[in-house]
Amino acid sequence: MSTEFERKIHETLADAKLQLAIYTATGRLKAKRVETVAPDVLLDYQELRAQAHAIKKHAIENLDHYLEEFERNVEAHGGKVAYCKDGTEVADFVLALAKERGARLIVKSKSMTTEEVDLNERLEHHGLESVETDLGEYILQLAHERPYHIVAPALHMTRYDVADLFARRLHIAREVVIEKQTAIARSVLRQKFLAADIGISGANFLVADSGAVVIVENEGNARLTTSAPRIHIVIAGIEKVIPRAQDLATFLKLLARSATGQPLSVYTSFLSGPRRTGEIDGPEEFHVVLLDNGRTRLLPDRGKRESLYCIRCGACLNACPVYRKIGGHSFPWVYSGPIGAILTPQFMGVAHEPALPFASSLCGACAEVCPVKIDIPKILLELRSEVKKSEAREKQHRLEKLAFRAFAWLMRHPRIYELAGRAAASMAPSEEGGWIRGVPGLMNIPPVRAWLSQRDLPPAPAKSFREMWRRR
Amino acid sequence: MGKRVSLFVTCLVDQLFPKVGMAMAAVLERLGYQLDFPENQTCCGQPAFNSGYRAEARAVARHFLDTFERSECIVVPSGSCTAMVTRHFAELFHKDPAALERVHALEKRIWEFATFLTEVARVEDVGARLDDVVTFHDGCHALRELGIADAPRRLLAQVRGLELREMEPAAECCGFGGTFAVKFAELSGAMARTRMEAILRTGARTVVSLDASCLMQLQGALSRAGASVRTMHLAEVLASR
Repeated sequence: MSTEFERKIHETLADAKLQLAIYTATGRLKAKRVETVAPDVLLDYQELRAQAHAIKKHAIENLDHYLEEFERNVEAHGGKVAYCKDGTEVADFVLALAKERGARLIVKSKSMTTEEVDLNERLEHHGLESVETDLGEYILQLAHERPYHIVAPALHMTRYDVADLFARRLHIAREVVIEKQTAIARSVLRQKFLAADIGISGANFLVADSGAVVIVENEGNARLTTSAPRIHIVIAGIEKVIPRAQDLATFLKLLARSATGQPLSVYTSFLSGPRRTGEIDGPEEFHVVLLDNGRTRLLPDRGKRESLYCIRCGACLNACPVYRKIGGHSFPWVYSGPIGAILTPQFMGVAHEPALPFASSLCGACAEVCPVKIDIPKILLELRSEVKKSEAREKQHRLEKLAFRAFAWLMRHPRIYELAGRAAASMAPSEEGGWIRGVPGLMNIPPVRAWLSQRDLPPAPAKSFREMWRRR
Repeated sequence: MGKRVSLFVTCLVDQLFPKVGMAMAAVLERLGYQLDFPENQTCCGQPAFNSGYRAEARAVARHFLDTFERSECIVVPSGSCTAMVTRHFAELFHKDPAALERVHALEKRIWEFATFLTEVARVEDVGARLDDVVTFHDGCHALRELGIADAPRRLLAQVRGLELREMEPAAECCGFGGTFAVKFAELSGAMARTRMEAILRTGARTVVSLDASCLMQLQGALSRAGASVRTMHLAEVLASR
């Protein structure tokens, strides 16, 4: 485990205020989801999940076909499609277009895909101003932080934190009333919307058979981002494509319920191309950037490519007892929680943080709530095996490898297993004393020390089961 | 009656909680089963599997297949170890058709203890009595990999003198997770304490579960916190009279 990962986990666990903020916010989202998918509210929830899984499976297995169909339909509506393999290519695309059109100010709606490629930083580096317009993202941009949660990016901040931040960064009086804070952000952002040359959005779905880009949101900022500036650029991962407009009947029933416990988000926008003759609003130019950034590397593996079914609802984060303790910023990349634990090693390589797939009790709460039924624990287990294979030759991992070899040998030799068990038991305090707070001789064994750092140990029984069985 | 049942007590029960195995045996004998304890049994291999050591896990799993080859029906006091066999052995042998056939045959013969009682023995009242207020902790693998939720509650409902109080929130992980408990000790401990608070809120004096591993985690945290709540495996509850 990297010391960075360990340190962030420790710091988050030690911060009582933060612990409460994470636990309360995720608990609220969790409870609301349960309400909106309850059988008396959404009778066919389990069928919808199965359907969503089947549609995603089909789309990912025929990705080339549906991307080309999507591209044809976007172009038929007067839009343009570009393929980018990584963050540099995305930034180059936006920079070139901005230069050609003389654009300086960009407004952005919430997009995890652009977080993935650090788009804001790249654009600002070249002198463009890029402003996040989702309230949570705007707060984070002012704080120079990355999203804490896929759906609720500023989940870890209280209104008092926001009051301090606004006062410091916007040079205004400290304001703790949430409605007033929202009004402050609105007044700043409204000016940006009116002045912006380019709007950049993500996408929730790319519909192949109609060429529509579908965006769901609650604040209306995405609708402004995509319609007020004269140029709209959509930046979306290639896995966002779905075959048919009618598939949305499945996904839209699941997405907002899983994410925030709403039957539908406040706004669902269907965007197909630039403003047409006779239309009164909409951008003059409509570009869709389809990003790979490692996604195609997942395609060959039948099991692991399930990771690409994700619709970024964040339900697995709220359900995860690990996320609810260590929060979003402990995770080593932009995606946090269970989905981050499987996406990060696959997008960035297992060496990025080898301990990440192990930071799970494999409780399965994530798979239980996943609207597209990604078997996250199964993928975590596969990634663990990959990590161990990649570490096999490294010196510092030899001891563990040796220990598991010894374990496997011992478990195939029942007599010696029994002797070893009795030998270990003879070193531990006996049953009479109750549960143990410390074991002098055994404290030097790291797993024993780690266990005892948090919990007591059971005393060793006088006899093992097999001994009792023989003598009964 | 006189039906034969093989016990797989799991390495944890064998080495640390033999009373759980004895209690399970007592309940099964009371129901008229003839018991057999294949002495070659050790572990299902889950510690190696969950730690990413698949070759090592496969070796242990093969030993398990050999040990229980001739057992017609195997009963296990653990949802987690049962799930390892029924849900993950097949993954380990997906490139070995001969072994895979044995695995699929084994999957049909192995039962978690509570489900064995309600679905094979078809009993709910095993004649137990325990004057106590208890809460039930759903082990994650029993609940989510095997779908076991009702069976233990139906069995507990028939125990004379026993009052069951459900935890709020229900069905959350205790934070054990095998080697996770020591690899991420601080995190695992924090998860255990959150679960412990839910237990304490019920006012129950005893926590019951289907897995000795979850109970070891919870008892370890309860004991460290100085709480007087005790833990009992379902088999121990059902053996009480």
